[in-house]
Amino acid sequence: MIGARRLDGLVHGLGASVLVLALSALGLLLWDVVHDGVGRVSWAFLTGYPSRRAATAGILPALAGSVWLVVMATAMALPVGVGGAVALEEYGSRGRWARLIEINIANLAGVPSIIYGLLGLGLFVRALRLEHSLVAGAATLALLMLPLVIITTREALRSVPVSLREASLALGATKWQTTWHQVLPDALPRLLTGLILAVSRIVGETAPLIVIGALAYVPFVPDGPWSSFTALPIQIFAWLARPGTGFRENAAAGILVLLVVLLITNSVAIWLRDRSSRRRDA
Amino acid sequence: MTARTRRVVEGLIERTLWACAAVSVLVTVGIVLVLVWEAAAFFGEVSPAAFLGGRTWTPLFYDPQFGVLPLVTGTLLVAVIAMLVAVPAGLLIAVYLSEYASTPVRRFGKPALEVLAGIPTVVYGYFALLFVTPWLRTVIPGLAGLNALGPGLVLGLMILPLVSSLCEDALSAVPRGLREGAFALGATRLQAAVGVVLPAAMSGVSAAVILAMSRAVGETMIVAIAAGQQPRLTANPLVPIETMTAFIVQVSLGDVPRDTTAYRAIFAVGLLLFTGTLGLNLASDWLRRRMPGAVR
Amino acid sequence: MGPQHPGRPGGPHAAESAEVGPKIALRALSVSYGDRRALTTVTLPMQAHRVTALIGPSGCGKSTLLRAINRMNDIIPGTRVEGDILLDGESIHAAGTDVVALRRRVGMVFQKSNPFPKSVFENVAYGLRITGVRDRRDIEERVEESLRAAALWEEVRDRLHAPALTLAGGQQQRLCIARALAVQPEVLLMDEPASALDPMATQRIEELIHGLKRTYTIVIVTHNMQQAARVSDTTAFLWMGQLVEYGRTEDVFTAPRERLTEDYVTGRFG
Ligand SMILES: Nc1ncnc2c1ncn2[C@@H]1O[C@H](COP(=O)(O)OP(=O)(O)OP(=O)(O)O)[C@@H](O)[C@H]1O
Ligand SMILES: [Mg+2]
Repeated sequence: MIGARRLDGLVHGLGASVLVLALSALGLLLWDVVHDGVGRVSWAFLTGYPSRRAATAGILPALAGSVWLVVMATAMALPVGVGGAVALEEYGSRGRWARLIEINIANLAGVPSIIYGLLGLGLFVRALRLEHSLVAGAATLALLMLPLVIITTREALRSVPVSLREASLALGATKWQTTWHQVLPDALPRLLTGLILAVSRIVGETAPLIVIGALAYVPFVPDGPWSSFTALPIQIFAWLARPGTGFRENAAAGILVLLVVLLITNSVAIWLRDRSSRRRDA
Repeated sequence: MTARTRRVVEGLIERTLWACAAVSVLVTVGIVLVLVWEAAAFFGEVSPAAFLGGRTWTPLFYDPQFGVLPLVTGTLLVAVIAMLVAVPAGLLIAVYLSEYASTPVRRFGKPALEVLAGIPTVVYGYFALLFVTPWLRTVIPGLAGLNALGPGLVLGLMILPLVSSLCEDALSAVPRGLREGAFALGATRLQAAVGVVLPAAMSGVSAAVILAMSRAVGETMIVAIAAGQQPRLTANPLVPIETMTAFIVQVSLGDVPRDTTAYRAIFAVGLLLFTGTLGLNLASDWLRRRMPGAVR
Repeated sequence: MGPQHPGRPGGPHAAESAEVGPKIALRALSVSYGDRRALTTVTLPMQAHRVTALIGPSGCGKSTLLRAINRMNDIIPGTRVEGDILLDGESIHAAGTDVVALRRRVGMVFQKSNPFPKSVFENVAYGLRITGVRDRRDIEERVEESLRAAALWEEVRDRLHAPALTLAGGQQQRLCIARALAVQPEVLLMDEPASALDPMATQRIEELIHGLKRTYTIVIVTHNMQQAARVSDTTAFLWMGQLVEYGRTEDVFTAPRERLTEDYVTGRFG
């Protein structure tokens, strides 16, 4: 019995240390990146264009490309994803189709992102001849985002109390009126939180963009959806692939920018969630 | 609005919504079609037997060989290393968080772990290439600059939160009564966890492990950056290798002309990768459905 | 001052005579959730401009019956209905019945008050907006009218644009009543409208019901025997999904025909 108790304490201690270890690894990673890159982050770096020389290279086209991509991909995935989630959650009969779609979405969420790249390459770049344009990149990321949007929207819809729907339906509102005027507004904060998490996922996506042929050297800010583009993670990867410590510093600095962007989006998500829960309590 | 137009409009809206839902099916169909279509062209030139059974992968050579086994072993090697990190560590953390940790620790620990899952993979690649491997090389003399070990360990760190949070779900799905029954018999928390809770949570834990495996197999950037581009049929974690995903990246980056066998090979490799991860995902899903208290 | 609907069948003028037939008639109504039967062949007429109380022990099917009348059970997957319900002599299950229109005629107030997370004003205006009333003055008028009819106007006139969820429990429930009245239904279904309220708020609701029955046909579920006796004209006693007894409230409470009813209303079980 004493042995068992000792073992109990051992597992307790072990579990705690593994947790600490994992979090230290996270700390180490962040420290490493900051250590390597912080010296390169400057206004000139943020507003500069790529260059053959590491010391003068900047990140503006990549930053702008990422913004374009995220905005366009969200604009494509959001209506379709929310619509699909509403169909499944609010209109979903337990029909065979609904079941099939449900299983399908669960599996899509587990498909490696590089496969979406191959889909984008075959469908958008080659079949539809969109070449290496922002549209092709954004559409690829939109497909990647779609299952995430559907899943988070469904969760948000599920959190809306039935009594709210009943109140509206009992007044003679149609299903769509109920969904549009009551259910979606009530689900909105959670929906936005989930959406931002989906966005932060695609901000960092690299592999699918490489596969559809996004370029690493783009010395201009995209001027429209048909422009060719680069993106933050692509730029980081490209710098990382080049020899020389100068470019590695650039990569670290690029990572810092990427992490700050993610930090900001995630903070917005958390702020939104907190604000909405406070408003509901009021 | 008359009742009739109202009903027509409602019907239109409902159909539009279902069309949105159906898009997700089209995505799957699209993936399968693109992969199968392009892979079919590939298999017109390379026999499936030579592809699946061949031990040499040299698609860019003058006399190309398309035996995919080296890519498969490379992929599995990295994934197994990652699993060796993520599964024990994730399970320990899950047991610790759900059975031992105080509420404040849980409240801080869980979101902090989630941060790990939110970091872009290209960042992990950087970490593996420029921090972990150099450090490992000071400890392991024979380690190459590009290798399976460094990225494997980092990949393990990346999927750790997935394993731990899914395992925790599985553990907390075990009815309280079972646990309390064991405590009532004088069991320690560990005895309760190992003797009662873990077995009851087994299907959920296996589901987590399989899903993590699927993630590890499909992960791209860490291995493309830090594991090398040298397809090699080996179990040695110290030398450069190439994974399936890294090969797809390599061809995408290079100046391989379209409409060559080498270019089409990425779709054949993609098809293999898709089939493998789909199988793992389905198995994981099936196991999760058998969890106690599973909904849907 | 309540909303009027001149000329509609079942309006104030058509009501009192006996030949007109009941406002609502349940015909051998059975309802099941999946394979669990909640209501078994209930046949029950409800007269216009009367308050019908549904009483019975928990789980006997009162809410199920109530929700059958505006087809609210439709939204619960797996519900099956047999038999029929006639509203003004017409089946509410006939092919081509417009459920949305039905629910506009048959309003409902729920056990737990469920105002929308919007302002007091918007809660009442919602039912009007969705039926296409656009004119601001129309809406303002109808909102005030409905709030007055629900005896809430004086209390909220200064805070019409405050969130409804800041009202007290009893006020919220009256707001839900006002919201239902705004769309000018003919029937008002109330599922234990006072069960979560304190005695003062309960009394206000009861007075309100008394006033409303001149305009509406009211069906109310209650667990409170005194309340049933106070507010209703007729009472139906349900037990395990079956209708045990139905009659004038006085009779049901003072001279029940069935032993079961007597036991229940005297509090010997339930
Ligand atoms: N959505 C549902 N799914 C399955 N069964 C249900 C559902 N709603 C009610 N029931 C069952 O139907 C029966 C009647 O329920 P109902 O809600 O009508 O009772 P009630 O008389 O209103 O009870 P209470 O006084 O507690 O409100 C009960 O046995 C209940 O468990
Ligand atoms: Mg009830």
